[in-house]
Amino acid sequence: MRNSFATKWGIIFVGIIIGILAALLQYWGNPANMGVCVACFLRDIAGALGLHRAEVVQYMRPEIMGFVLGSFVAAYLFKEFKPRLGSAPIVRFVLGFFAMIGALIFLGCPWRAVLRLAGGDFNAILGLIGLAAGIWIGTIFLKSGYTLGSSHKTYKSAGLIFPVFMLVLLVLMILNPAITGENKSGMIFYSIKGPGSLHAPLLISLVVGLGIGFLAQRSRFCTMGAIRDLVLFKQTHLFAGLVSLLISAFVMNLLLGQFNPGFAEQPVAHSMHVWNFAGMMLAGLAFTLAGGCPGRQLFLSGEGDGDAAVFVIGMLAGAAFSHNFGLASSGTGATTPGIAALFIGLAACLTIGFTMKESI
Amino acid sequence: MSNVVDARGLSCPQPVILTLNAIKRTAEDELTVLVDTETAKENTIRAAGSQGWTITNTQREEGFYGLTFRKE
Repeated sequence: MRNSFATKWGIIFVGIIIGILAALLQYWGNPANMGVCVACFLRDIAGALGLHRAEVVQYMRPEIMGFVLGSFVAAYLFKEFKPRLGSAPIVRFVLGFFAMIGALIFLGCPWRAVLRLAGGDFNAILGLIGLAAGIWIGTIFLKSGYTLGSSHKTYKSAGLIFPVFMLVLLVLMILNPAITGENKSGMIFYSIKGPGSLHAPLLISLVVGLGIGFLAQRSRFCTMGAIRDLVLFKQTHLFAGLVSLLISAFVMNLLLGQFNPGFAEQPVAHSMHVWNFAGMMLAGLAFTLAGGCPGRQLFLSGEGDGDAAVFVIGMLAGAAFSHNFGLASSGTGATTPGIAALFIGLAACLTIGFTMKESI
Repeated sequence: MSNVVDARGLSCPQPVILTLNAIKRTAEDELTVLVDTETAKENTIRAAGSQGWTITNTQREEGFYGLTFRKE
């Protein structure tokens, strides 16, 4: 069966739709330049579960559940749900962990880096250059035979674990709805100020998440792969999707009055250029070594890829560490512990790249 | 069946790298690539196509595909 979403026009279409929906999510209540951010939203979920207690970033983002479940539905319908696991899970956990630490120093994943630029936040340029630098380092490892080895087929129930986990989070949220002025409802934490308090209505977030998850599964949309394939193979297929996301979000921001160009006073951002660059360089390297951007890891988890699910759990753990130990940046900039963690993360990822390879 | 690349179970973009390496090295004009996901299948067909290798056969096996490419 021909998959028209996996064609060049297919991925451009998907990029345009994601850009439009992301800008609209901001219009409907999500934080500025954060219509969709996989790193920020996983951090908010870690906060909602009390894995960290940073009071301004606690919200059970339904977009994330939508991403996984939308991908699951698409994979199931098109017979691409393939339960698989066993490709160096602990390494993938570590990569997810440090990818998150790097992303939270910049304050965003590649998706948000593009959305920040589309909203006029020029600090994102440093982040995107850092991302490309990290990916470039990753491609050198890939060319010299870096591999985490093969996954293998597993039980259907094993492949269902992560989609079910997402469903459980969604049910928890519905059973413990936000109470105005309260930062806790049952077992779930809710921010009453800061970015965690800004969100589109639950149903809208969920439906948009499901739609993006479905489309991204079909098109194999990947923000890291976009740059990686350009560097490694001079192939523009995925890159076309990323660029169309940028352009459509930019146009939507102009139409909705959400475009505010400049470096200073940008929402949930700082202007420490070196650390914006270096944070995303770490994240880009970790994504490349793991074979997908954080969004793609969610979509793969929905397809039954247990290794991608472990990467996502690593990201959740990384978010908890980031906020429990003050590693994440804030509007005032990067922190000293954060910078120390950045170098530890780079050392860990470089060690993984240098030592895990087969002769080719 | 000497000219076979087994890329089953590998993360992106390793199936493509292995395929392109095999294309670079082979003296023959036929190559078989084994992949186990639709994504890897689409990616290898796209990459091989960019090198002038067209897919001549897609063999569906239990849990994976055998893709046969031929140099144009």
